Amino acid sequence: MKVLYFAWLRERIGTGSEEVETNASTVAKLVAELTSREDRYAAAFADMSAVRVAVDQTMTDIDASLTGAAEVAFFPPMTGG
Amino acid sequence: MSVSVQIEDFDISQEIGTLKAVRTDIGAVVTFTGLVRDMGGGQPVSAMELEHWPGMTEQALEEIETQARQRWSLKATRIVHRYGALKPGDQIVLVIAASPHRGAAFEAAEFMMDFLKTRAPFWKKETTPQGARWVDARDADDTAQARWDQP
Repeated sequence: MKVLYFAWLRERIGTGSEEVETNASTVAKLVAELTSREDRYAAAFADMSAVRVAVDQTMTDIDASLTGAAEVAFFPPMTGG
Repeated sequence: MSVSVQIEDFDISQEIGTLKAVRTDIGAVVTFTGLVRDMGGGQPVSAMELEHWPGMTEQALEEIETQARQRWSLKATRIVHRYGALKPGDQIVLVIAASPHRGAAFEAAEFMMDFLKTRAPFWKKETTPQGARWVDARDADDTAQARWDQP
């Protein structure tokens, strides 16, 4: 699965995009899996209230299903304009 | 109706000229230009880096334009948003709404800006004397966007 990170999540994890081998069925399970793998993920996902999620480029939430999904993105609240 | 996500600066007169060149049924053109401020969070700001989500950003801006055109009778809309390295005084964003009468153009321009603040995948990083920091989303921007949900 392709996983994207933006802004301070990208900085803490050290990459903007990566392929992740996972069988996680939900975003929450993917976050838990990554967090247990390495400290940099734990640092990025320490406060999930500050993290927004998109699955296949549609804004959703942490409980969203990953069944059939190709891409997950994690980012802080947007600050455009 | 068009959107651009670009590193380059934009020229407001030229953008209005492009809209006017192809039609004469426009009676009102409202433009909003956002600039980089030299202060943020009580700190002097010397530079700003704007990150975005290539491939997703254009789609998000088009969705905002589409929603505006569904709500108001508009003859033309245009959104230009820059990314990359900017400095205080630089132009960041341009929104144009054109309609036969001014009411729709004023409201639609404000609507598009309110949605840009919270729905367009951009993230700002400011350089201050204390170092660089990511700009937090403002509650006021969420409130400004939410008021358009009222019936």
